[in-house]
Amino acid sequence: MSKPKIATTSLAGCFGCHMSLLDIDERILQLIELIDFDKSPIDDIKKIEGRCAVGLIEGGCCNEENVHVLQEFREHCDVLVSLGDCATMGGIPAMRNNIPLAECFDEAYLTGITVYNPSGQVPNDPDIPLILDKVYPAHEVVKIDYFLPGCPPSADAIWAAVTALLSGKPIELPYELLKYD
Amino acid sequence: MDMVREVQQELGYVPPEYYELIAKEAGTHRVEVESVISFYAFLSDRKQGKVVLRLCDDIIDRFKGADDVAAAFENELGISMGETTEDGHFTLEWTACIGMSDQAPAALANDTVLTNLTPEKVPGIIAALRKKFDPQDLVSECGDGGNADPLVQAMVQNNILERGEVLLCDCTPEAGLKKTLEKTPQEVIAEIKESGLQGRGGAGFLVGLKWDFTRGAAGENKFILCNADEGEPGTFKDRVLLTERPDLMIEGMTIAAYSTGAETGIIYLRAEYAYLRAFLEEVLNRRRKAGLLGNSISGKEGFNFDIRIQMGAGAYVCGEESSLISSCEGTRGDPADRPPFPAIAGYKVSPTAVNNVESYCCAARIMDKGAVWFENIGTERSCGTKLLSVCGDCERPGVYEVPFGITVAELLKKVGAEDAAAVQIAGPSGQMIDRGQYHRKICFSDLPTGGSIMVFSAQRDLLEVVDAFMEFFIDESCGYCVPCRVGNVLLRQRLERIREGKGVPEDLDYLERLGKSTCRMSRCGLGQTSPNPILSTLKNFRPIYNALVREDRSGLQKSFDVLKAVEDASELTGRRSVIFHAR
Repeated sequence: MSKPKIATTSLAGCFGCHMSLLDIDERILQLIELIDFDKSPIDDIKKIEGRCAVGLIEGGCCNEENVHVLQEFREHCDVLVSLGDCATMGGIPAMRNNIPLAECFDEAYLTGITVYNPSGQVPNDPDIPLILDKVYPAHEVVKIDYFLPGCPPSADAIWAAVTALLSGKPIELPYELLKYD
Repeated sequence: MDMVREVQQELGYVPPEYYELIAKEAGTHRVEVESVISFYAFLSDRKQGKVVLRLCDDIIDRFKGADDVAAAFENELGISMGETTEDGHFTLEWTACIGMSDQAPAALANDTVLTNLTPEKVPGIIAALRKKFDPQDLVSECGDGGNADPLVQAMVQNNILERGEVLLCDCTPEAGLKKTLEKTPQEVIAEIKESGLQGRGGAGFLVGLKWDFTRGAAGENKFILCNADEGEPGTFKDRVLLTERPDLMIEGMTIAAYSTGAETGIIYLRAEYAYLRAFLEEVLNRRRKAGLLGNSISGKEGFNFDIRIQMGAGAYVCGEESSLISSCEGTRGDPADRPPFPAIAGYKVSPTAVNNVESYCCAARIMDKGAVWFENIGTERSCGTKLLSVCGDCERPGVYEVPFGITVAELLKKVGAEDAAAVQIAGPSGQMIDRGQYHRKICFSDLPTGGSIMVFSAQRDLLEVVDAFMEFFIDESCGYCVPCRVGNVLLRQRLERIREGKGVPEDLDYLERLGKSTCRMSRCGLGQTSPNPILSTLKNFRPIYNALVREDRSGLQKSFDVLKAVEDASELTGRRSVIFHAR
């Protein structure tokens, strides 16, 4: 029987959760014994190719491309996990949610005190995905099966969650794995 | 708070440049003053009109056409709700239930109550107000009983439709007090305890026990507080007692003072009932002159007790006793952690007995007629009668004094609403029951209520009712604790999603889970009961919800509309979504 597949993606996140995933260190050798990676920054596959057992989502949705990717993940993955606080509730990117988009653009590209933009142009290349009116946590866009909190969740927590999902055993997340101070 | 209220009354608002001055005068910080003003609905930091028109936005009023009345006012004045006319003459606002649900739609023009409004009446009202800006001019015909008193002059009707043998019957004035003074304080408490009198505000704590705690608590100064802040939407029974039985209530407070050893009493009167203030002050004065308040009451050496009236300023949460105490102390009406209970450390950290208007009235009657008499009325566990204020889709809305133990069906027959589809017992924080439960009894062990009974016919959208109740709780949450401040908003958002037809069956589990955690985790009674409209309808009216939600296997959230989410960006950048518009 072929190995189950895992896909991962970083949407409106900082890749911190993926760095934390890499922090499982040598256990990554064990992991690739158990699974194959489908689309993921780890192997740089750009498009989901087949049916995946698990999809790990870092970050919420801040633009239409995020939405597109997330919907694709939902379609191809049996189980979707919101990995970390941005996927779970928007996180730092969602701090713009109470500010109108036009003001965000002004601050970011025109009037912000560290902005150097002599041409006064706001980037608007057709290749840039349209930004959403606000940042949406993943579960407001598609159905999410599990949430793993943390900024980022620790490598041990990710390891515990992924191995539990693959083995079908109940997950054990002791207090130490979900404590952040 | 009294200072702030006076400034508000004088200027129509409290200018922020005065905060510093008020704070200095009150010996507190500027931020305290600011937080008081932002907390209470009847205080404002912006200039308001000479006449502030506050329309009651209770669901009962809305069903009776409050929205049309609001539109008529907006049209006549050329402003929207929440705005003030440019000439500074009128301010138009929504406000929570003003205790006139039996004569809805109703509104307050400053302190004057306007009842049974219709859009047709609006132009006449505004024209009359433009003459002298004195809302009292609008009262052409006074209501019955105390409403016609020279000091009240209100168009409010009592609508007393049934008088029981405890509260609304004819009784000998001061008989209870007279018999009280023949006994020792301990004997009085024993009598009240024996009668089984439970608090009438809704929680049903044993009054005798509360007085006993207050009496036994250490402290030089003790206080008797009367909760006349009936803010639970659909409750207007205290309005009638305050109008028709003020002496009985004060007599009850005096008895409480005698038994607990308190020398100061406070009547906390909700801002919506300001029209009764002068009348109540006069009752107090009359009693002082008659030796029923003040020093050596009724010639009893060493029994000194007097009462002041504390005005509220529009905050539902102040009906909760610890909030009410905070408010009496002149600060925001924030609830406090309990224990210690007010009986141990209440007003000014002193032993305080807080009881409802109706509880004091009952106590006075018990002292007159005896515990056994009282015990024999009602059911075994719920003694006495209960004042119910019934409103909504019934032929005879009004106040009914009935013995505890009456079934909902019997009550509906009295009020002329046998075909009611749903009955909301005890206001938004209570529960909504369906036809199958009309055999249940109104009493503490089955369906407890502070008095509010709202009747809804089959034509009403019950989820609209639930939505209005949730909106009310969101407005009235003091914001101190997260479960209440955030939980209620999330509950309402999910409810709206379901009402829009975008819900899935899992949303119902979500409502139930979140509702239960909000109840369990909130700090005071507001948050502990605010999810009840959702929880009780989920339980009793499940088919309504089930019909609205639909299983969805796509895994996509129907509530998320990507085209809407990119609309702003599309407009700003002048291009369309390559990914989604093409689909």
